[in-house]
This record gives sequence, structure tokens and C-alpha cells, in this order.
Amino acid sequence: MTVQTQNLKWVQLCQRGDLVAESGVAARLEDQQLALFYLPDENRVYAIDNHDPFSQANVLARGLIGDLHGEWVVASPIYKQHFRLTDGQCLEASEVQLKTWPARLNNNNVEIALAL
Amino acid sequence: MSQRKDLIIIGNGMVGHHFVDTFRALNGADQWRIHIIGEERHSAYDRVHLSEYFQGRSHSDLALGTSEGYQQAGIAAHLGTRVERIDRAAHTVLLSDGEELCYDKLVLATGSYPFVPPIPGHDAERCFVYRTLDDLDAIRSAADQGKTGVVIGGGLLGLEAANALTSLGLTTEVIEFAPRLMPVQLDATAGTVLKDKIEALGVRVHTDTATQQIETLNDGRLRLHFADGEPLETDVLVFSAGIRPRDELARQAGLKVGERGGVCIDNHGRTSDNDIYAIGEVALWDERIFGLVAPGYRMAETVAAHLEGCDSPFLGADMSTKLKLLGVDVGAIGDAHGTTPGTLSFRYHNEAKQQYKKIVTSADGKRLLGAILVGDNSAYDSLLQYYLNDIALPAEPDSLILPSASAAPALGPDALPDSATICSCMNVTKGGIVTAIDGGCCSVAEVKAETRASSSCGGCAAMLKNLVDATLEARGVEVDHSLCEHFSYTRQALYHLVQVEQIKTFDELIRRHGRGHGCDICKPAVASILASHWNEGVHDAAHVKLQDTNDTFLANMQKDGTYSIVPRIAGGEITPDKLLVIGQVAKDYRLYTKITGGQRIDLFGAQLHQLPEIWQRLIDAGFETGHAYGKALRTVKSCVGSTWCRYGQQDSVGMAILLENRYKGLRAPHKIKFAVSGCTRECAEAQSKDIGVIATENGWNLYVCGNGGMKPRHADLFATDLDDVHLIRTIDRLLMFYVRTADRLQRTARWMESLEGGLDYLTDVILNDCLNLGEELDQQMARIVDTYQCEWKATLEDEQKLKRFRTFVNSPAGDDNILFVEERDQIRPATHEEKNRLIASA
Ligand code: SRM
Ligand SMILES: Cc1cc2nc3c(=O)[nH]c(=O)nc-3n(C[C@H](O)[C@H](O)[C@H](O)COP(=O)(O)OP(=O)(O)OC[C@H]3O[C@@H](n4cnc5c(N)ncnc54)[C@H](O)[C@@H]3O)c2cc1C
Ligand code: SF4
Ligand code: FES
Repeated sequence: MTVQTQNLKWVQLCQRGDLVAESGVAARLEDQQLALFYLPDENRVYAIDNHDPFSQANVLARGLIGDLHGEWVVASPIYKQHFRLTDGQCLEASEVQLKTWPARLNNNNVEIALAL
Repeated sequence: MSQRKDLIIIGNGMVGHHFVDTFRALNGADQWRIHIIGEERHSAYDRVHLSEYFQGRSHSDLALGTSEGYQQAGIAAHLGTRVERIDRAAHTVLLSDGEELCYDKLVLATGSYPFVPPIPGHDAERCFVYRTLDDLDAIRSAADQGKTGVVIGGGLLGLEAANALTSLGLTTEVIEFAPRLMPVQLDATAGTVLKDKIEALGVRVHTDTATQQIETLNDGRLRLHFADGEPLETDVLVFSAGIRPRDELARQAGLKVGERGGVCIDNHGRTSDNDIYAIGEVALWDERIFGLVAPGYRMAETVAAHLEGCDSPFLGADMSTKLKLLGVDVGAIGDAHGTTPGTLSFRYHNEAKQQYKKIVTSADGKRLLGAILVGDNSAYDSLLQYYLNDIALPAEPDSLILPSASAAPALGPDALPDSATICSCMNVTKGGIVTAIDGGCCSVAEVKAETRASSSCGGCAAMLKNLVDATLEARGVEVDHSLCEHFSYTRQALYHLVQVEQIKTFDELIRRHGRGHGCDICKPAVASILASHWNEGVHDAAHVKLQDTNDTFLANMQKDGTYSIVPRIAGGEITPDKLLVIGQVAKDYRLYTKITGGQRIDLFGAQLHQLPEIWQRLIDAGFETGHAYGKALRTVKSCVGSTWCRYGQQDSVGMAILLENRYKGLRAPHKIKFAVSGCTRECAEAQSKDIGVIATENGWNLYVCGNGGMKPRHADLFATDLDDVHLIRTIDRLLMFYVRTADRLQRTARWMESLEGGLDYLTDVILNDCLNLGEELDQQMARIVDTYQCEWKATLEDEQKLKRFRTFVNSPAGDDNILFVEERDQIRPATHEEKNRLIASA
């Protein structure tokens, strides 16, 4: 997927202080639930769907993150599948890919982008 | 092309099959047309593992060859067909289906049959033997309707049959004519120890008992009458009174047979007719029948070679055996009875552990001539190598069987000559294995595939692994023990690094000794090491990112993303007031309530943001966290003990509470469970726990390294009649040693099994302090006990930590996708369909 910046609308979800370093928190946006992962060393935030398709529970924000073969992933706390933070791809099942959002730190604001 | 010659093998048993396999592997095999004739309807199968048929393995699991396999190899297999007679003059055999076949060479591999003593009534319908798959089918269908079984014969196979009857659910008794069990292999004491052990497993043994008559009752059951004593009734009877060679064809054909049966063969496997060979259990060599498979295989190899014009004589075989009979270790090596004149014998007999070990040496004490082991086979491999290779014994030969492991120089692979047999079934020597490794094999599996070592009875597996590991190591090949892609160390090595380099954080450890950022394998493992060693709160800023969700939120995540709450109820003792608090909290938060298998109460269905409020109320009422989420001490179960119970010897509840409070919060490689029983009736099931304590008249017996779960293991008795102080000191040391040396997610049972020397080694380290670690372990435990804090209490006092307990960082609401329905007056998670319905109707 290529995203063109001019078509995006950035919305604020929470503050930097709500995030936990090298770990996740959940946020809500209307009907959606997002898992936000914060990497302070890279000054980066990743936003992926909080819904774990294997257990049908909204728990991915509570998974452990780490790197596998050089890429950041989160492990589901229920059945331990890994999802890539950059694009939501599940490493154990090629047909499963989670929704992701462009995310950024704007000063102390945590923002994600919605397509217009 | 020259005319192909005909080779006929009579008998498609283990040895007959091995012969065909070996012969085909030799170059000239294609000059022969091979016929194999087997009376059983099944193609050859692994008779040694026959009993596994009752554990669910089928013929195809046990099969050594298949009819299709024979066919593809161009071999004519006549299964379900018997050879009726041999015509030596005409060089033909007559088959039961009327066909006649010519042979140039003939191999007899007809094995043996179970001997049935001619007791009147021995041919009753419910009398069986134990040799073939068909026998087992017949036994199984008789056992289906029965409750009890009897085996006549207390030898090796008789005990195996008794085990099989037990596994079919029959209450089983064994009748042995001789004054002891396994009279061939064991001496009087060994026989008694074995008998006691077997009786403790619920199989009654009658020695010195002669059966005189078998009466069939009206309902088909059998009544056994003995020379003296009460008659015995049973539903199923199995004879296992020895084997006899199936030499009837040979007799009819006029071949030379032994006085007590068996077809006489020379060193090339040849019978008195140069065109006929005999191999396996039917063959008599030097007046001896070999009732084991390995010698039969050697004979098969000899004959295969001889047919190809090679000389590879059969010169006898070792009859040493190592087995587990009804779960009891038994081993017999060489001249176990010490019949050679002028021998010395050394015995070790531990009545408490029911172990007996004996070795027989030459008069000068330098060579091992024989051995008997009952109840503990750990010395078997070493002893066998001393025996087979004539290795000089240590100055104190009894050190080989005495329990003190430090004194017993384990016979390492280095000490063995190249000619030492490692696998006697497949005749693989140390040299053969080393050659395979030099040829490129890099693991036990590869060596197994290449040499076929350890592919039959499996008795040599431990020895093979030692040898392969040692040889690989000597070649500088590194065996990969990496924890994950971030650390090329084992958990134990990482523990060491943390300790020696005083490392306090994950970041420091991975920077110095790892690579990358870590993952869901190494992070929790390192977190546990740091917690065990430094006992800092798992929520301190540096550790937060390492914990998996249960440790992070101090609760167990359930399938729907909610959590359970397990307050500590030490020893299972709880006041009515506390029960009321739990009830009230559960009601107020609408939590599902259940008594756990660990004698406490679990509250299910709380959302993340509710956890602090709920715990605040529990802590206010005096509860503490139960660590149900941690790799840590779980519960110490107790029985009511001497305070109330009329049989109680000590205050088991008091001890359970003391222990639970002492070790609560201790982080370990895996969870740890304890139990304390007030007497040997063992109502607390202490022998199924990592640490089990059972009260005696004089104090406490300590059991260690048991567990339930996926692979249950009975705990081992570790020390007896301890007073409170020594009990605690022993547990302190054992747990700390476990915490330091076990692998990730390895419970105490598997840990103990993985230690070289096993329980004996542990005894040495913990009770005899052979590593001089005792005080250090004591201090380490003392530090952990002294710095205990309830993690929930600490969390509730810390605003920063509490911030994490939010279902959403930008909304106070809960997850509206968590929905419950009612069942048996309580909540449970709604199923997917129920959810859809609930959402639609909302
Ligand atoms: C609640 C309880 C079942 C119950 O309703 O009774 C339970 C529940 C769980 N057990 Fe258990 N076990 C419970 C008693 C047991 C027992 C019985 C006992 O302790 O006497 C055993 C067998 C004894 C033993 O462990 O040796 C037991 C053997 C296991 C095992 C297998 C361990 C093994 O070594 O094979 C696991 C899996 C594991 O730990 O890896 C397990 C894992 C679990 C987990 C943690 C599975 C999970 O990851 O979700 C369950 C969640 C607990 C929760 O949500 O609170 N549970 N579990 C029991 C809690 C006891 C307590 O008060 O803490
Ligand atoms: C329950 C049990 C456990 C055992 N455990 C062990 C152990 O742990 N270790 C060990 O070393 N040994 C063990 N043994 C012994 C081992 O199984 C034998 O040593 C081995 O099977 C002998 O092989 P064989 O080919 O000589 O005889 P068998 O395997 O008996 O094969 C002979 C075959 O020839 C067939 N036959 C006989 N006469 C004719 C005929 N006229 N025409 C056609 N076919 C004929 C028979 O039906 C049979 O199938 C055990 C045996 C049993 C029964
Ligand atoms: S173990 Fe003994 S003391 Fe404890 S309850 Fe049972 S019978 Fe009573
Ligand atoms: S000794 Fe039997 S398989 Fe090796």
C-alpha cells in the first residue's frame, strides 16, 4: 500500500506520556480499537489493529514486542502469533494481515492518519 | 546370465527378516531368488516391543517389513503359510497350501514357542500364551469381560505379560514355581526386592507355588489349584513358563538337534546338512539357545556372509539385559550368580529406596564378571562396558554401585576402546559411531540413521548420546543451545552472566552478550532471571517491557481478553470473614467464581481497568497476590493434619502456611508447587508436587521433583525425618539450585532428569554439599525471602504503575466487545454466535 500524505488527515489520539516505552497501549477511535507501540530510541510510534483474529479478542496492545529477523513484531498474548508492526502481516499465516495506520509523534501528541 | 539359485527362509520373525535385509544389502544377493515363508498372517514385526500393541501401537507401527516391500525387492513372500516338511534328498519344502518349492540353500528361522506346562486343564478356553499379535488379540478380547488375570511364570517374559494384563485393567497375580522371581537372572535378595516393588504396584506375587490343576467353572472362569494354599480364581490365564525352540521341521528332516531341543549349528550357522542353516531362537550353538534378539541378528549376519563366501563366524553373544518391568528397573550382566570359582562379590542394599545392586569381580578385584541391579539401573551402562571390554576396575570396585556419585568415576566415552559395543542389538561399536561422525554426521539422529544404532530395543540411547556429544565436542563442533535468535546462550549461562557481571537490566545484558532488541522468548526469560537474582519489582521501569501480559498486569489473561484474580490463600486455610469478602467482591463486580485445583478461589471476568479497584478491596481485607500469573511459587496444598484429623502426625496446615509464606514471590524457571500431608495417607497429594512434605512420627519426609500436568512424575523421597529447621534449609538449597541451573520453562522433574547423575547428584549437591555451595544458596534465598513485597500492594501505591491499568488510554470505558451470558447462575464469555445475537438485539 502506498499512502499519499496530502490525502491524509492526522488525528490526535493521546499524549506521549500515555505511551509505554518498548511496549503497547490500546486506544479507541469511534468503533475502532488500535494498539500503539512506542519505540523511544527511534522516536517512533506504530499503530495496528488491536483485534487478534486468532482469538477474536481485543488484546494485541498487551502483547510483547521484539524483533524477529530484523523486523519489529508484536506477539499475541493469547496464542502467540507474531504480527509485523510496519504492515500488520502475520508471520505464521501469510493470508492474515492486520489493518495499520500511519502514526507519528507531533511534539507530545500521538497522532494517526486517516485516509480522506 | 547364469541361472539364479533358490534361497528359502522359513520363518518371517525378527531374525528371519533381519537375515533378508542383511543378505540383500550384500552384493551378490541378486544371484538368488529369495522365498520367505511365514506362518503368521502378519509380516515380520518387532516382537521385543510386542506389549506396546496394548498401548495403542498397531501392526504397521511395529512392522519391520511389509509384503509390498518384499515384493518390490523381488522377494516372494508367502505369509500365513506354514512349511509342513523338508525333503532334504529332493531339496524341496512342502507348504501348507500344497505348493512345493525347490531350494539350493535353506535357512531355518522358526524361532521358538512358549512352553505350556502339562498341568491338567491347561488347554481351557481362557488360557493363553504371550508371543504373537494374534495371542494379544485373543487376550484383549478375553480381558474385555474380565476383572482379574493370572500369569504362570515369574521370569522376564512373565512379568512383561503381567504388566500387559495390568494395562488392560485386570487385577493381576503372578505364580512362580521357583523360590524367587526371575530365577535365571537374579539372586535371592534381588528377587525379594523385585517382588516387594512389584507388589507395591498392586501385582501380587506367589513364589514357591506349584499349580496342580486348572479347573474351568460353569461361567467359564478358571480356578487354579496349588500343591498347598488356597485355590485362586481368575478370568484370564497366561502361561509364560519359558520358551522351546521350534525344531519340529528339523527333527522330521533328520537334522541334528540338541538333547533338550534346538537345531545344532556350527560357527557359520550351518546345521548338520551343509545346505541348511539355522538362526535365531531355534538354533543351538555350543549347547546354548539365545533367547534374545541381538544374538539372533549376529547369526543372521554370519549366515548371510557365509552364503556370499565370506567368513564372519558367530562366536557366542552377551546375554546381559536391562529392562523396565512394571516400571521397575532390572539389570543383569554376565555371571551374576558368581558361579566362577574364587570370585568376589560386593552388594549394596537400600531397603528404604528398595534398591539392590551387586557386582561380581575376579578374585583380585580387577575385572568385572557379573552384576545385578534392581530398582536403579543408572550404573548399568558403565558396568556393561567394564564387563564387555575387560576394563580394569577402580581400586574400590564397590564405588561403582554405592550411591555417593562423587566417588563413582563415571565411565566416560573416552575410556572405551574403539571395539566397545555401544548398541548390541545392531552391533554398532564406538569405532563405527566415530567413523560416522568423521563421515559428516552431526547429531544423534544422523548417527542413528547412518549406523542404525539405537534403532531396536533403545537400551543404548543414553550411551549413544553421550558418545555422540563427546565426539562432536572433541571435533570442535558446537551443539546449538541458543535461547533464541538474540542470545546464543542457555538460560543457565545467562544466569551466570547476570550473576558474575552483576548485570541488572535486560538492555545491559543484550548489549553485552546478545544482539537485536529481544523477543517474546528471551524477554520473559531474562526478566525471570533478573527477578530471581535481584528480586526487584517486576514493574520497575527497566523491566516493564519484558513481562508478558500476565506478569505485566499481575493477573491471568483469559480467552476473551479479560483477567482472572487469584488471591493467596496460604495452605488453603481461610477465615469465614475473608470468604465473605471474596463473595462480596465477586458479587459487586459480577465475577465468575470457582474453587481451583490448588485449594484457592479464582475470580474470572475482570477487565483491565477494573483490576486495581478489585485488588484494592482484597488488599484492604488482608489478602495478598497469589502469583497465579507468575513463574513462581503457586500454592502449598495441605491436608487438615494433626489439629483435627485423628491420624495426623504433625501440623500439616501450619507447615504449609509457613512454607507458602516463605517462598511466595520467588521467581523460577517455571511454576513451583508444594503440598504438605499430615501422615502417610497423603490427602494433600504431596508426592505429585515439585516439593512434597509428608509428616512422620519424628518429623517430615521430603519428596522432590514430582508434578502432575502433561507428563506426570511421582516425586522421589529425598530425605527422611527432618525437623523444621532442616526441612526448610534443604528446600531453600534445592529451590535456589533449581532457580540457578534449570532451563527456561523446565519444571523440577525435567530439570532433575536432565542433570547428569540425576537424583544421586542432587543428593550430593544439596544434602552432602559436594559443590560447597550450601551457604551461598542459603544466603541467596534469605535475601529473596527478606525482600518480599506483595506486587499488588506495591502497584496500588504507585500512580505511575497504575496508569497502565487502563483498557484505553483515551477513554474511561471498557471494551464493549466483551460480553457475557449466564450459565448455572454465573457469567461466562459469550460465544461468537451469542455475541452477534446480543449485539443485534441491543
Ligand atoms: C485455575 C486452575 C484450574 C482450576 O480451575 O482449578 C488452573 C488454570 C490454569 N492452569 Fe493449571 N490450573 C490450576 C491447577 C493446576 C494443577 C493442580 C494443582 O496445582 O494441584 C495442575 C497439575 C499439577 C502440576 O502443575 O504439576 C495444573 C497444571 C497446569 C499445566 C501443566 C504443567 C506441567 O508441568 O505440565 C499448565 C501449563 C503450563 O504451566 O505450562 C497449566 C496452566 C494453567 C493456565 C495458567 C493456562 C493459561 O495459560 O491460561 C490456567 C489459567 C489460570 C487462571 O486463569 O487463573 N496448568 N494446573 C488451577 C489453579 C490453581 C491455583 O490455585 O493456582
Ligand atoms: C513379549 C516379548 C518380549 C521380548 N522382549 C525382548 C527384549 O526386550 N530383548 C530381546 O532381546 N528379546 C526379547 N524378546 C525375544 C525376541 O522377541 C526373540 O528373541 C526374537 O523374536 C527371536 O527371533 P526369531 O526370528 O528367532 O523368532 P520369532 O520372532 O519367533 O520368529 C519365528 C517366526 O517363524 C514362524 N514359524 C515357525 N515355524 C514355522 C513354519 N514351520 N513355517 C513357517 N513359519 C514358521 C513363527 O510363526 C514366527 O513368526 C521378547 C519376546 C517376547 C515374546
Ligand atoms: S493426610 Fe493424614 S493427617 Fe492429613 S487428612 Fe489425610 S489422614 Fe488426616
Ligand atoms: S542396544 Fe538395543 S537398540 Fe541399541
